[in-house]
Amino acid sequence: MLLDVLIVDDSAAIRKILQRVLRQADVPLGEVYEAADGLDALKVLGTQKVSLVLADINMPNMDGLQLLRKLKENEQWKNLPVIMVTTEGGQAKVMAAAELGAAGYIRKPFTADQIRHTLASFL
Amino acid sequence: MEPLKEEQIVSSICTATAEVFGTMLNLAITPGEPYREPPSSGPTDGVIALLGLVGQWAGTGIVQCDPSLAGRIYTHLLAMEDTAPPEAVSDDVLDAVAELANIIIGNVKNLLEEQTGPLGMSIPTVVFGHNFNTRSGGTECWTVVPFTCGSSKLTVKMCLRHVPHPGELRRGFAVPRCLAL
Repeated sequence: MLLDVLIVDDSAAIRKILQRVLRQADVPLGEVYEAADGLDALKVLGTQKVSLVLADINMPNMDGLQLLRKLKENEQWKNLPVIMVTTEGGQAKVMAAAELGAAGYIRKPFTADQIRHTLASFL
Repeated sequence: MEPLKEEQIVSSICTATAEVFGTMLNLAITPGEPYREPPSSGPTDGVIALLGLVGQWAGTGIVQCDPSLAGRIYTHLLAMEDTAPPEAVSDDVLDAVAELANIIIGNVKNLLEEQTGPLGMSIPTVVFGHNFNTRSGGTECWTVVPFTCGSSKLTVKMCLRHVPHPGELRRGFAVPRCLAL
């Protein structure tokens, strides 16, 4: 099974880093899509088939937790795994993401190995 | 709530900055002697990224560096160490510094939250220019930790004050309770 991944982060630098790590990881990677915030992500999801979302929390327009809530409320996307990749390491945000149904949590700064290890668990 | 000690802020800044530089940039960074700075300081140059913090403590975190280090941050963040850093401070360079500041100040926040309680953080604003002044709205001094990275300089600053009732951020202009952060 190929993994089609959507990266959601307002930083173009972080999107590029995650793209590179994904392409170098030993995983059967399909398409990699990018979105700059939650609203942008919903547009991509409306037109593309995605099997995993990596989402930041602090973003303009629609943040990562709002995006997660939208996805879990939607019949079509409620089973789509969403991993939060964020600076927000406080217990309140981690709990909020878990309660909303996040499939994983990677704190920035991250290493390439942490990303690979987390991805491996979805294969 | 106990007052936030200066040493805690300095220690959190040093820990977060060293971790971010080591993990994401593969660059060594050395802290210098921390100091206090008044709300209004003299003219400055370079790239400066600002993030607001809100909660029972409110304030601002700043990461400032010279343009040459901003270029190195960009190439190292994207693992292009073998490439010469861009000479101009482009949008890509500003984006990289903004993200670096987001991660550094976010991790300082995470370290301080045990004492301050949960804090909200804004998305970063980044400015590049020459001979500009910055001024914070309050009377509190900044806690400043200077760093050296090779021959370049980077400065991390924090200014936090206790807000006993977060709904009343401005004296005389109370925010309605329904909007309290």
